[in-house]
Amino acid sequence: MSAVMITRKVRKWEKLPGKNTFCCDGRVMMARQKGVFYLTVFLIVGTCSLFFAFECPYLATHLSPAIPVFAIVLFLFVMAMLLRTSFSDPGVLPRALPEEATFIEMEIEAANGNVPAGQRPPPRIRNVQINGQIVKLKYCYTCKIFRPPRASHCSICDNCVDRFDHHCPWVGNCVGKRNYRYFYLFTLSLSLLTIYIFTFAIVHVVMRSVDSGFVKTLQDTPGTVLEVLVCFFTLWSVVGLTGFHSYLISLNQTTNEDIKGSWSGKNRLQNPYSHKNIVKNCCEVLCGPAYPSVLDRRGLTQDDVPVPASTTTQSNSVPQTTKTTAPLIPNEHTPDDAKSSIADSAIAHAEKISPSPKEEKPPTPAKVPPLASPETDVEASIIIAKEKAL
Amino acid sequence: SLTISFPPHPPVSPISLFLPSLCISHHSLPHPFSLRHPPPSLPYLSFYYLSLPPQFHNLQELRQSPSLATKVFIQRDYSEGTVCRFQTKFPSELGSRIERTLFEDTVKTLNTYYAEAEKVGGQSYMEGCLACATAYFIFLCMETRYEKVLKKISGYIQEQNEKIYAPRGLLLTDPVERGMRVIEVSVFEDRGSSGSSPSSNVSSGISQR
Repeated sequence: MSAVMITRKVRKWEKLPGKNTFCCDGRVMMARQKGVFYLTVFLIVGTCSLFFAFECPYLATHLSPAIPVFAIVLFLFVMAMLLRTSFSDPGVLPRALPEEATFIEMEIEAANGNVPAGQRPPPRIRNVQINGQIVKLKYCYTCKIFRPPRASHCSICDNCVDRFDHHCPWVGNCVGKRNYRYFYLFTLSLSLLTIYIFTFAIVHVVMRSVDSGFVKTLQDTPGTVLEVLVCFFTLWSVVGLTGFHSYLISLNQTTNEDIKGSWSGKNRLQNPYSHKNIVKNCCEVLCGPAYPSVLDRRGLTQDDVPVPASTTTQSNSVPQTTKTTAPLIPNEHTPDDAKSSIADSAIAHAEKISPSPKEEKPPTPAKVPPLASPETDVEASIIIAKEKAL
Repeated sequence: SLTISFPPHPPVSPISLFLPSLCISHHSLPHPFSLRHPPPSLPYLSFYYLSLPPQFHNLQELRQSPSLATKVFIQRDYSEGTVCRFQTKFPSELGSRIERTLFEDTVKTLNTYYAEAEKVGGQSYMEGCLACATAYFIFLCMETRYEKVLKKISGYIQEQNEKIYAPRGLLLTDPVERGMRVIEVSVFEDRGSSGSSPSSNVSSGISQR
Protein backbone atom coordinates (compact mmCIF):
# COMPACT_ATOMS: atom_id res chain seq x y z
CA MET A 1 0.00 0.00 0.00
CA SER A 2 2.17 2.83 1.07
CA ALA A 3 5.61 1.45 0.28
CA VAL A 4 6.58 2.33 -3.20
CA MET A 5 9.06 -0.45 -3.48
CA ILE A 6 8.29 -4.11 -3.75
CA THR A 7 11.35 -5.84 -2.56
CA ARG A 8 12.90 -9.17 -3.19
CA LYS A 9 14.23 -10.90 -0.15
CA VAL A 10 17.99 -11.04 -0.24
CA ARG A 11 19.68 -13.60 1.92
CA LYS A 12 22.94 -12.82 3.58
CA TRP A 13 24.92 -15.38 1.67
CA GLU A 14 24.51 -13.32 -1.48
CA LYS A 15 26.41 -10.48 0.14
CA LEU A 16 29.10 -12.41 1.95
CA PRO A 17 32.66 -11.48 1.09
CA GLY A 18 35.07 -14.24 0.34
CA LYS A 19 35.44 -16.61 -2.55
CA ASN A 20 32.89 -19.25 -1.69
CA THR A 21 30.11 -20.60 -3.80
CA PHE A 22 26.74 -21.21 -2.26
CA CYS A 23 23.99 -23.55 -3.35
CA CYS A 24 20.47 -24.40 -2.25
CA ASP A 25 19.80 -20.83 -1.15
CA GLY A 26 22.73 -20.71 1.21
CA ARG A 27 22.49 -24.16 2.72
CA VAL A 28 25.52 -25.50 0.88
CA MET A 29 28.89 -23.77 1.05
CA MET A 30 31.92 -24.74 -0.98
CA ALA A 31 35.11 -23.31 -2.41
CA ARG A 32 35.16 -21.87 -5.86
CA GLN A 33 37.17 -24.57 -7.60
CA LYS A 34 35.14 -27.73 -7.49
CA GLY A 35 36.71 -29.71 -10.31
CA VAL A 36 38.75 -32.02 -8.10
CA PHE A 37 35.74 -32.62 -5.89
CA TYR A 38 33.78 -33.89 -8.87
CA LEU A 39 36.71 -36.16 -9.67
CA THR A 40 36.63 -37.55 -6.13
CA VAL A 41 32.93 -38.26 -6.38
CA PHE A 42 33.37 -39.84 -9.78
CA LEU A 43 36.19 -42.09 -8.61
CA ILE A 44 34.34 -43.30 -5.55
CA VAL A 45 31.01 -43.82 -7.25
CA GLY A 46 32.59 -45.30 -10.34
CA THR A 47 34.76 -47.79 -8.51
CA CYS A 48 31.93 -48.88 -6.25
CA SER A 49 29.60 -49.30 -9.20
CA LEU A 50 32.12 -51.55 -10.89
CA PHE A 51 32.46 -53.52 -7.67
CA PHE A 52 28.71 -53.98 -7.33
CA ALA A 53 28.37 -54.88 -10.97
CA PHE A 54 31.21 -57.34 -11.38
CA GLU A 55 32.28 -58.73 -8.05
CA CYS A 56 29.22 -58.71 -5.88
CA PRO A 57 27.04 -61.20 -7.75
CA TYR A 58 29.79 -63.79 -7.67
CA LEU A 59 30.82 -63.14 -4.10
CA ALA A 60 27.26 -63.05 -2.81
CA THR A 61 26.57 -66.48 -4.19
CA HIS A 62 29.92 -68.10 -3.61
CA LEU A 63 30.93 -66.56 -0.31
CA SER A 64 28.32 -64.61 1.57
CA PRO A 65 25.57 -62.11 0.87
CA ALA A 66 26.85 -60.02 3.73
CA ILE A 67 29.74 -58.87 1.60
CA PRO A 68 27.80 -56.60 -0.77
CA VAL A 69 25.56 -55.45 2.09
CA PHE A 70 28.52 -54.28 4.11
CA ALA A 71 29.98 -52.69 1.00
CA ILE A 72 26.79 -50.72 0.45
CA VAL A 73 26.72 -49.52 4.05
CA LEU A 74 30.34 -48.48 3.86
CA PHE A 75 29.83 -46.75 0.53
CA LEU A 76 26.86 -44.77 1.86
CA PHE A 77 28.82 -43.75 4.93
CA VAL A 78 31.74 -42.58 2.80
CA MET A 79 29.48 -40.50 0.59
CA ALA A 80 27.64 -39.01 3.56
CA MET A 81 30.92 -37.98 5.18
CA LEU A 82 32.28 -36.59 1.94
CA LEU A 83 29.20 -34.51 1.28
CA ARG A 84 29.07 -33.28 4.83
CA THR A 85 32.71 -32.21 4.70
CA SER A 86 32.29 -30.52 1.37
CA PHE A 87 29.03 -28.77 1.96
CA SER A 88 29.33 -27.51 5.49
CA ASP A 89 30.77 -24.32 6.83
CA PRO A 90 34.28 -25.20 8.04
CA GLY A 91 34.14 -22.57 10.77
CA VAL A 92 34.45 -19.35 8.84
CA LEU A 93 34.84 -16.28 10.99
CA PRO A 94 32.75 -13.41 9.74
CA ARG A 95 34.66 -10.25 8.96
CA ALA A 96 34.63 -7.39 11.38
CA LEU A 97 31.95 -4.78 10.88
CA PRO A 98 33.25 -1.23 10.41
CA GLU A 99 32.77 -0.20 14.02
CA GLU A 100 34.66 -3.17 15.33
CA ALA A 101 37.44 -2.67 12.79
CA THR A 102 37.79 0.96 13.79
CA PHE A 103 37.84 0.03 17.46
CA ILE A 104 40.64 -2.45 16.87
CA GLU A 105 42.59 0.07 14.79
CA MET A 106 42.40 2.58 17.57
CA GLU A 107 43.57 0.03 20.09
CA ILE A 108 46.53 -0.84 17.87
CA GLU A 109 47.47 2.78 17.42
CA ALA A 110 47.22 3.38 21.12
CA ALA A 111 49.42 0.38 21.80
CA ASN A 112 52.03 1.32 19.21
CA GLY A 113 52.35 4.90 20.30
CA ASN A 114 53.92 7.38 17.93
CA VAL A 115 55.82 5.84 15.09
CA PRO A 116 58.40 8.24 13.68
CA ALA A 117 57.79 9.12 10.08
CA GLY A 118 59.67 6.88 7.67
CA GLN A 119 59.77 3.95 10.04
CA ARG A 120 57.66 0.90 9.50
CA PRO A 121 55.06 0.41 12.18
CA PRO A 122 55.58 -2.71 14.27
CA PRO A 123 53.74 -5.84 13.14
CA ARG A 124 50.27 -6.16 14.50
CA ILE A 125 50.51 -8.89 17.07
CA ARG A 126 48.67 -9.48 20.27
CA ASN A 127 50.18 -11.74 22.90
CA VAL A 128 47.89 -13.89 24.96
CA GLN A 129 48.71 -16.46 27.54
CA ILE A 130 47.08 -19.81 27.05
CA ASN A 131 47.57 -22.44 29.70
CA GLY A 132 50.78 -20.79 30.75
CA GLN A 133 52.19 -20.41 27.26
CA ILE A 134 52.51 -17.17 25.30
CA VAL A 135 50.73 -17.40 21.98
CA LYS A 136 50.90 -14.67 19.38
CA LEU A 137 47.66 -13.67 17.71
CA LYS A 138 48.17 -12.19 14.30
CA TYR A 139 46.10 -9.45 12.75
CA CYS A 140 44.28 -10.30 9.53
CA TYR A 141 44.32 -7.36 7.15
CA THR A 142 41.56 -8.81 5.02
CA CYS A 143 39.11 -9.64 7.76
CA LYS A 144 40.25 -6.79 10.02
CA ILE A 145 40.36 -8.92 13.13
CA PHE A 146 42.95 -10.40 15.39
CA ARG A 147 42.68 -14.04 14.55
CA PRO A 148 41.67 -16.25 17.46
CA PRO A 149 44.23 -18.87 18.39
CA ARG A 150 44.45 -21.69 15.85
CA ALA A 151 42.55 -19.70 13.26
CA SER A 152 44.14 -18.98 9.93
CA HIS A 153 43.25 -17.18 6.76
CA CYS A 154 42.65 -19.38 3.74
CA SER A 155 43.81 -17.56 0.65
CA ILE A 156 41.84 -19.81 -1.66
CA CYS A 157 38.53 -19.15 0.03
CA ASP A 158 39.56 -15.71 1.28
CA ASN A 159 38.16 -16.33 4.74
CA CYS A 160 39.54 -16.70 8.21
CA VAL A 161 38.68 -20.19 9.41
CA ASP A 162 38.62 -21.23 13.03
CA ARG A 163 40.95 -24.11 13.92
CA PHE A 164 42.13 -24.08 10.33
CA ASP A 165 43.55 -27.42 9.28
CA HIS A 166 44.09 -27.14 5.54
CA HIS A 167 42.27 -26.44 2.33
CA CYS A 168 41.48 -29.75 0.69
CA PRO A 169 40.84 -29.60 -3.07
CA TRP A 170 39.63 -33.21 -3.04
CA VAL A 171 36.63 -32.23 -0.96
CA GLY A 172 36.42 -28.77 -2.47
CA ASN A 173 36.38 -26.96 0.85
CA CYS A 174 38.51 -25.86 3.76
CA VAL A 175 38.84 -28.23 6.68
CA GLY A 176 38.36 -26.42 9.95
CA LYS A 177 36.81 -26.70 13.34
CA ARG A 178 33.33 -27.61 12.22
CA ASN A 179 34.05 -30.21 9.60
CA TYR A 180 37.33 -31.74 10.76
CA ARG A 181 35.71 -34.79 12.30
CA TYR A 182 33.70 -35.41 9.14
CA PHE A 183 36.88 -35.11 7.10
CA TYR A 184 38.68 -37.57 9.35
CA LEU A 185 35.79 -40.02 9.24
CA PHE A 186 35.73 -39.62 5.47
CA THR A 187 39.40 -40.53 5.10
CA LEU A 188 39.04 -43.36 7.60
CA SER A 189 35.99 -44.88 5.98
CA LEU A 190 37.42 -44.36 2.52
CA SER A 191 40.55 -46.25 3.60
CA LEU A 192 38.37 -49.09 4.84
CA LEU A 193 36.33 -49.05 1.64
CA THR A 194 39.42 -49.06 -0.53
CA ILE A 195 40.99 -51.91 1.40
CA TYR A 196 37.68 -53.78 1.31
CA ILE A 197 37.19 -53.44 -2.43
CA PHE A 198 40.83 -54.21 -3.14
CA THR A 199 40.76 -57.31 -0.99
CA PHE A 200 37.55 -58.69 -2.37
CA ALA A 201 38.49 -57.91 -5.94
CA ILE A 202 41.62 -60.01 -5.47
CA VAL A 203 39.65 -62.74 -3.70
CA HIS A 204 37.16 -62.76 -6.53
CA VAL A 205 39.85 -63.03 -9.19
CA VAL A 206 41.57 -65.82 -7.31
CA MET A 207 38.38 -67.78 -6.74
CA ARG A 208 37.21 -67.39 -10.29
CA SER A 209 40.60 -68.22 -11.73
CA VAL A 210 40.56 -71.50 -9.86
CA ASP A 211 37.33 -72.34 -11.66
CA SER A 212 37.79 -70.78 -15.07
CA GLY A 213 41.36 -69.71 -15.48
CA PHE A 214 42.98 -66.37 -15.08
CA VAL A 215 42.62 -64.96 -18.58
CA LYS A 216 38.98 -65.93 -18.87
CA THR A 217 38.26 -64.32 -15.51
CA LEU A 218 39.66 -61.08 -16.69
CA GLN A 219 37.64 -61.30 -19.86
CA ASP A 220 34.45 -62.00 -17.90
CA THR A 221 34.93 -59.17 -15.45
CA PRO A 222 36.99 -56.43 -17.07
CA GLY A 223 35.96 -53.99 -14.40
CA THR A 224 38.08 -55.79 -11.87
CA VAL A 225 41.30 -54.60 -13.46
CA LEU A 226 40.21 -51.01 -13.26
CA GLU A 227 39.09 -51.38 -9.66
CA VAL A 228 42.33 -52.95 -8.59
CA LEU A 229 44.35 -50.22 -10.24
CA VAL A 230 42.34 -47.38 -8.72
CA CYS A 231 42.31 -48.99 -5.31
CA PHE A 232 46.01 -49.69 -5.38
CA PHE A 233 46.96 -46.09 -6.02
CA THR A 234 44.28 -44.68 -3.75
CA LEU A 235 45.29 -46.96 -0.93
CA TRP A 236 48.70 -45.47 -0.40
CA SER A 237 47.54 -41.87 -0.34
CA VAL A 238 44.32 -42.27 1.64
CA VAL A 239 45.65 -44.71 4.19
CA GLY A 240 48.70 -42.54 4.61
CA LEU A 241 46.54 -39.49 5.10
CA THR A 242 44.38 -41.27 7.66
CA GLY A 243 47.45 -42.32 9.57
CA PHE A 244 48.81 -38.77 9.50
CA HIS A 245 45.58 -37.29 10.78
CA SER A 246 45.30 -39.93 13.48
CA TYR A 247 48.73 -38.83 14.64
CA LEU A 248 47.66 -35.18 14.60
CA ILE A 249 44.49 -35.91 16.53
CA SER A 250 46.36 -37.80 19.21
CA LEU A 251 48.51 -34.72 19.71
CA ASN A 252 45.64 -32.25 19.24
CA GLN A 253 47.43 -30.42 16.46
CA THR A 254 46.29 -29.10 13.14
CA THR A 255 47.99 -29.70 9.78
CA ASN A 256 48.67 -25.99 9.63
CA GLU A 257 50.51 -26.03 12.95
CA ASP A 258 52.38 -29.14 11.97
CA ILE A 259 53.58 -27.67 8.71
CA LYS A 260 54.64 -24.43 10.35
CA GLY A 261 56.30 -26.28 13.19
CA SER A 262 54.50 -24.21 15.78
CA TRP A 263 54.78 -26.80 18.53
CA SER A 264 57.80 -28.69 17.34
CA GLY A 265 59.54 -28.21 20.65
CA LYS A 266 62.14 -25.65 19.68
CA ASN A 267 62.27 -22.60 21.90
CA ARG A 268 60.52 -24.81 24.45
CA LEU A 269 57.20 -24.19 22.79
CA GLN A 270 54.74 -26.84 23.79
CA ASN A 271 51.28 -27.30 22.45
CA PRO A 272 49.06 -25.50 24.95
CA TYR A 273 45.91 -27.12 23.61
CA SER A 274 46.97 -30.70 24.15
CA HIS A 275 45.69 -32.53 27.20
CA LYS A 276 48.91 -34.60 27.20
CA ASN A 277 46.73 -37.69 27.02
CA ILE A 278 46.01 -39.43 23.73
CA VAL A 279 42.53 -40.59 24.70
CA LYS A 280 41.53 -37.16 25.92
CA ASN A 281 42.83 -35.51 22.79
CA CYS A 282 40.97 -37.93 20.55
CA CYS A 283 37.79 -37.49 22.54
CA GLU A 284 37.99 -33.75 22.35
CA VAL A 285 38.50 -33.66 18.61
CA LEU A 286 36.14 -36.44 17.60
CA CYS A 287 33.54 -36.47 20.34
CA GLY A 288 33.49 -32.81 21.21
CA PRO A 289 30.39 -30.68 20.81
CA ALA A 290 29.08 -30.01 17.34
CA TYR A 291 29.81 -26.34 16.86
CA PRO A 292 27.15 -24.30 15.11
CA SER A 293 28.03 -21.98 12.31
CA VAL A 294 28.55 -18.33 13.18
CA LEU A 295 28.29 -17.30 9.57
CA ASP A 296 24.69 -16.36 9.05
CA ARG A 297 24.01 -17.46 5.51
CA ARG A 298 20.26 -17.76 5.38
CA GLY A 299 19.29 -14.69 7.34
CA LEU A 300 17.65 -11.87 5.47
CA THR A 301 19.59 -8.71 4.82
CA GLN A 302 18.21 -5.29 5.62
CA ASP A 303 18.89 -3.75 2.28
CA ASP A 304 16.43 -5.43 0.00
CA VAL A 305 16.60 -5.18 -3.74
CA PRO A 306 13.94 -2.75 -4.86
CA VAL A 307 11.62 -3.73 -7.62
CA PRO A 308 9.56 -0.71 -8.63
CA ALA A 309 5.81 -0.92 -8.48
CA SER A 310 4.01 -0.67 -11.80
CA THR A 311 2.38 2.75 -11.77
CA THR A 312 4.69 4.60 -9.48
CA THR A 313 6.54 7.65 -10.54
CA GLN A 314 9.80 6.90 -8.93
CA SER A 315 10.66 9.95 -7.04
CA ASN A 316 11.93 8.14 -4.07
CA SER A 317 15.65 8.02 -4.37
CA VAL A 318 16.23 7.57 -0.68
CA PRO A 319 15.83 3.97 0.39
CA GLN A 320 13.52 3.63 3.28
CA THR A 321 15.32 2.22 6.23
CA THR A 322 12.33 2.32 8.46
CA LYS A 323 10.36 0.23 6.10
CA THR A 324 10.17 -2.67 8.46
CA THR A 325 8.18 -0.89 11.09
CA ALA A 326 6.43 1.87 9.38
CA PRO A 327 3.76 1.27 6.87
CA LEU A 328 2.35 4.51 8.11
CA ILE A 329 5.44 6.61 7.98
CA PRO A 330 5.19 8.64 4.84
CA ASN A 331 7.79 8.89 2.17
CA GLU A 332 10.29 11.56 2.92
CA HIS A 333 10.95 13.12 -0.37
CA THR A 334 8.09 14.04 -2.54
CA PRO A 335 8.19 15.94 -5.75
CA ASP A 336 6.89 19.41 -5.73
CA ASP A 337 5.07 18.89 -8.92
CA ALA A 338 2.16 17.18 -7.30
CA LYS A 339 -0.73 17.52 -9.55
CA SER A 340 -3.67 19.35 -8.17
CA SER A 341 -6.02 16.79 -9.57
CA ILE A 342 -4.30 14.06 -7.70
CA ALA A 343 -4.31 16.15 -4.60
CA ASP A 344 -8.00 16.71 -4.94
CA SER A 345 -8.73 13.07 -5.48
CA ALA A 346 -6.62 12.10 -2.55
CA ILE A 347 -8.35 14.58 -0.38
CA ALA A 348 -11.65 13.39 -1.65
CA HIS A 349 -10.81 9.83 -0.82
CA ALA A 350 -9.49 10.53 2.58
CA GLU A 351 -11.95 9.69 5.26
CA LYS A 352 -11.13 12.45 7.60
CA ILE A 353 -9.12 15.52 6.93
CA SER A 354 -8.07 17.77 9.74
CA PRO A 355 -8.98 21.27 8.99
CA SER A 356 -6.07 23.58 8.49
CA PRO A 357 -5.40 26.63 6.46
CA LYS A 358 -4.41 25.81 2.96
CA GLU A 359 -1.75 28.10 1.64
CA GLU A 360 -1.37 26.60 -1.78
CA LYS A 361 -3.67 24.31 -3.58
CA PRO A 362 -1.46 21.46 -4.74
CA PRO A 363 0.33 20.45 -1.58
CA THR A 364 -1.77 18.68 0.91
CA PRO A 365 -3.00 20.62 3.81
CA ALA A 366 -2.98 17.63 6.06
CA LYS A 367 -1.48 14.26 6.37
CA VAL A 368 -3.53 11.80 4.49
CA PRO A 369 -3.14 8.42 6.05
CA PRO A 370 -2.23 6.01 3.30
CA LEU A 371 -4.59 3.43 4.63
CA ALA A 372 -7.47 5.77 4.16
CA SER A 373 -7.15 5.90 0.42
CA PRO A 374 -6.43 2.48 -0.88
CA GLU A 375 -7.38 3.18 -4.45
CA THR A 376 -5.00 5.99 -4.97
CA ASP A 377 -2.33 4.72 -2.65
CA VAL A 378 0.45 5.38 -5.08
CA GLU A 379 -0.66 8.88 -5.84
CA ALA A 380 -1.47 9.56 -2.26
CA SER A 381 1.96 8.57 -1.19
CA ILE A 382 3.44 10.99 -3.66
CA ILE A 383 1.35 13.78 -2.27
CA ILE A 384 2.07 13.22 1.34
CA ALA A 385 4.55 15.80 2.39
CA LYS A 386 6.55 16.00 5.50
CA GLU A 387 6.06 19.67 6.23
CA LYS A 388 2.69 19.81 7.83
CA ALA A 389 2.06 18.03 11.03
CA LEU A 390 -1.15 17.91 12.80
CA SER B 1 -10.11 12.95 14.02
CA LEU B 2 -8.44 10.01 12.53
CA THR B 3 -5.47 11.94 11.30
CA ILE B 4 -2.30 10.53 12.48
CA SER B 5 0.06 13.25 13.42
CA PHE B 6 3.70 12.79 12.91
CA PRO B 7 6.42 14.65 14.67
CA PRO B 8 8.09 17.27 12.57
CA HIS B 9 11.38 15.46 12.96
CA PRO B 10 12.09 13.31 9.93
CA PRO B 11 11.11 9.76 10.63
CA VAL B 12 14.40 8.39 9.47
CA SER B 13 16.40 8.89 12.59
CA PRO B 14 19.94 7.75 13.14
CA ILE B 15 18.79 5.15 15.60
CA SER B 16 16.90 3.37 12.88
CA LEU B 17 20.05 3.16 10.84
CA PHE B 18 21.92 1.40 13.57
CA LEU B 19 19.41 -0.57 15.49
CA PRO B 20 18.32 -2.82 12.65
CA SER B 21 21.84 -4.05 12.33
CA LEU B 22 22.04 -4.55 16.05
CA CYS B 23 18.72 -6.16 16.53
CA ILE B 24 18.82 -8.69 13.76
CA SER B 25 18.86 -11.92 15.55
CA HIS B 26 20.60 -14.97 14.31
CA HIS B 27 17.74 -16.00 12.10
CA SER B 28 18.92 -19.47 11.50
CA LEU B 29 21.87 -21.42 12.69
CA PRO B 30 23.01 -22.45 9.27
CA HIS B 31 23.26 -26.13 8.85
CA PRO B 32 23.79 -27.76 5.49
CA PHE B 33 21.13 -30.37 5.93
CA SER B 34 18.88 -28.55 8.30
CA LEU B 35 15.21 -28.59 7.64
CA ARG B 36 14.25 -26.92 10.85
CA HIS B 37 12.55 -23.60 11.04
CA PRO B 38 14.81 -20.88 12.28
CA PRO B 39 14.68 -20.29 16.00
CA PRO B 40 12.38 -17.49 17.01
CA SER B 41 14.08 -14.23 16.26
CA LEU B 42 13.72 -11.03 18.18
CA PRO B 43 11.39 -9.11 15.92
CA TYR B 44 9.42 -7.61 18.71
CA LEU B 45 12.55 -6.38 20.32
CA SER B 46 13.64 -4.70 17.10
CA PHE B 47 10.26 -3.09 16.80
CA TYR B 48 10.45 -2.06 20.39
CA TYR B 49 13.70 -0.29 19.81
CA LEU B 50 12.75 1.20 16.51
CA SER B 51 9.51 2.58 17.74
CA LEU B 52 10.57 3.62 21.21
CA PRO B 53 14.01 4.67 22.19
CA PRO B 54 15.33 2.60 25.04
CA GLN B 55 15.05 5.07 27.84
CA PHE B 56 11.98 6.97 26.75
CA HIS B 57 8.49 5.82 27.18
CA ASN B 58 6.40 8.43 25.53
CA LEU B 59 6.10 9.62 22.01
CA GLN B 60 6.86 13.23 22.82
CA GLU B 61 10.39 12.40 23.64
CA LEU B 62 10.57 10.42 20.43
CA ARG B 63 11.46 13.68 18.84
CA GLN B 64 14.76 13.70 20.56
CA SER B 65 15.60 10.24 19.30
CA PRO B 66 18.69 8.87 20.99
CA SER B 67 21.67 8.42 18.84
CA LEU B 68 24.49 6.01 19.07
CA ALA B 69 27.40 7.51 20.90
CA THR B 70 29.86 4.67 20.75
CA LYS B 71 30.30 0.93 20.81
CA VAL B 72 32.36 -0.97 23.29
CA PHE B 73 33.69 -4.41 22.44
CA ILE B 74 34.30 -6.98 25.12
CA GLN B 75 37.05 -9.26 23.87
CA ARG B 76 37.53 -12.96 24.24
CA ASP B 77 39.50 -14.40 27.10
CA TYR B 78 41.86 -17.07 25.77
CA SER B 79 43.62 -17.88 29.00
CA GLU B 80 42.00 -21.30 29.16
CA GLY B 81 42.41 -22.18 25.51
CA THR B 82 40.02 -21.89 22.64
CA VAL B 83 36.86 -22.37 24.69
CA CYS B 84 34.45 -19.50 24.38
CA ARG B 85 34.99 -17.10 27.27
CA PHE B 86 34.75 -13.35 27.47
CA GLN B 87 36.84 -11.03 29.55
CA THR B 88 35.08 -9.90 32.67
CA LYS B 89 37.25 -6.81 32.96
CA PHE B 90 34.96 -3.81 33.26
CA PRO B 91 35.57 -1.40 30.38
CA SER B 92 36.18 2.18 31.38
CA GLU B 93 33.81 3.58 28.79
CA LEU B 94 30.87 2.08 30.63
CA GLY B 95 32.01 3.42 33.95
CA SER B 96 29.30 6.00 34.33
CA ARG B 97 26.48 4.08 32.71
CA ILE B 98 26.19 0.85 34.59
CA GLU B 99 27.26 -0.69 37.85
CA ARG B 100 30.33 -2.84 37.66
CA THR B 101 28.76 -5.79 39.44
CA LEU B 102 25.76 -5.95 37.14
CA PHE B 103 27.91 -5.98 34.09
CA GLU B 104 30.34 -8.54 35.44
CA ASP B 105 27.45 -10.77 36.45
CA THR B 106 26.12 -10.69 32.91
CA VAL B 107 29.45 -11.64 31.41
CA LYS B 108 30.05 -14.36 33.98
CA THR B 109 26.64 -15.87 33.33
CA LEU B 110 27.33 -15.84 29.62
CA ASN B 111 30.64 -17.56 30.25
CA THR B 112 28.97 -20.31 32.23
CA TYR B 113 26.46 -20.83 29.45
CA TYR B 114 29.23 -21.19 26.89
CA ALA B 115 31.18 -23.50 29.16
CA GLU B 116 28.10 -25.68 29.46
CA ALA B 117 27.71 -25.75 25.70
CA GLU B 118 31.32 -26.69 25.06
CA LYS B 119 31.76 -29.17 27.86
CA VAL B 120 33.41 -32.35 26.62
CA GLY B 121 31.79 -34.91 28.84
CA GLY B 122 29.32 -37.73 29.00
CA GLN B 123 26.54 -36.01 27.15
CA SER B 124 28.70 -34.80 24.30
CA TYR B 125 30.17 -38.30 23.88
CA MET B 126 26.70 -39.79 23.69
CA GLU B 127 25.62 -37.20 21.20
CA GLY B 128 28.76 -37.71 19.13
CA CYS B 129 28.57 -41.48 19.07
CA LEU B 130 24.88 -41.55 18.30
CA ALA B 131 25.34 -39.04 15.54
CA CYS B 132 28.26 -40.95 14.07
CA ALA B 133 26.28 -44.17 14.10
CA THR B 134 23.60 -42.51 12.03
CA ALA B 135 26.15 -40.88 9.73
CA TYR B 136 25.15 -37.55 11.28
CA PHE B 137 21.72 -37.69 9.70
CA ILE B 138 20.27 -37.38 13.16
CA PHE B 139 21.25 -33.72 13.13
CA LEU B 140 18.52 -33.21 10.58
CA CYS B 141 15.86 -33.84 13.19
CA MET B 142 17.63 -33.14 16.43
CA GLU B 143 19.03 -29.92 17.73
CA THR B 144 22.57 -30.15 18.97
CA ARG B 145 23.28 -29.28 22.56
CA TYR B 146 25.25 -26.23 21.51
CA GLU B 147 22.31 -24.89 19.52
CA LYS B 148 20.01 -25.38 22.50
CA VAL B 149 22.36 -23.45 24.73
CA LEU B 150 22.69 -20.69 22.14
CA LYS B 151 18.94 -20.30 22.23
CA LYS B 152 19.05 -20.00 25.97
CA ILE B 153 21.78 -17.40 25.68
CA SER B 154 19.75 -15.44 23.19
CA GLY B 155 16.82 -15.39 25.58
CA TYR B 156 19.07 -14.40 28.45
CA ILE B 157 20.59 -11.49 26.54
CA GLN B 158 17.17 -10.30 25.51
CA GLU B 159 16.03 -10.39 29.12
CA GLN B 160 19.12 -8.56 30.31
CA ASN B 161 18.65 -5.91 27.66
CA GLU B 162 15.07 -5.32 28.68
CA LYS B 163 15.64 -5.27 32.40
CA ILE B 164 19.04 -3.79 32.93
CA TYR B 165 20.68 -2.36 29.85
CA ALA B 166 17.91 -0.61 27.99
CA PRO B 167 16.93 1.58 30.94
CA ARG B 168 20.54 2.70 31.09
CA GLY B 169 20.80 3.48 27.42
CA LEU B 170 22.88 0.44 26.55
CA LEU B 171 22.31 -2.51 24.26
CA LEU B 172 24.04 -5.86 24.22
CA THR B 173 24.47 -7.73 20.98
CA ASP B 174 24.49 -11.50 21.04
CA PRO B 175 28.10 -12.59 20.39
CA VAL B 176 26.92 -15.17 17.90
CA GLU B 177 26.06 -12.32 15.54
CA ARG B 178 29.66 -11.12 15.69
CA GLY B 179 31.26 -14.49 15.06
CA MET B 180 31.65 -15.22 18.80
CA ARG B 181 34.55 -12.79 18.83
CA VAL B 182 33.20 -9.95 20.90
CA ILE B 183 30.27 -8.85 22.99
CA GLU B 184 29.25 -5.59 21.39
CA VAL B 185 27.81 -3.06 23.80
CA SER B 186 26.17 -0.14 22.08
CA VAL B 187 26.21 2.99 24.17
CA PHE B 188 23.49 5.45 23.36
CA GLU B 189 23.60 9.11 24.02
CA ASP B 190 22.40 9.89 27.50
CA ARG B 191 19.76 12.46 26.67
CA GLY B 192 18.36 12.90 30.12
CA SER B 193 17.63 16.53 30.66
CA SER B 194 20.58 18.15 29.03
CA GLY B 195 21.27 18.10 25.37
CA SER B 196 24.70 16.67 25.48
CA SER B 197 26.75 16.42 22.36
CA PRO B 198 27.20 12.98 20.85
CA SER B 199 30.83 12.38 21.56
CA SER B 200 31.11 14.17 24.81
CA ASN B 201 30.95 11.26 27.14
CA VAL B 202 33.73 9.02 25.99
CA SER B 203 37.41 9.68 25.72
CA SER B 204 38.06 6.99 23.20
CA GLY B 205 34.60 7.16 21.80
CA ILE B 206 34.08 6.57 18.19
CA SER B 207 31.79 8.98 16.49
CA GLN B 208 29.43 6.99 14.38
CA ARG B 209 28.52 9.79 12.07
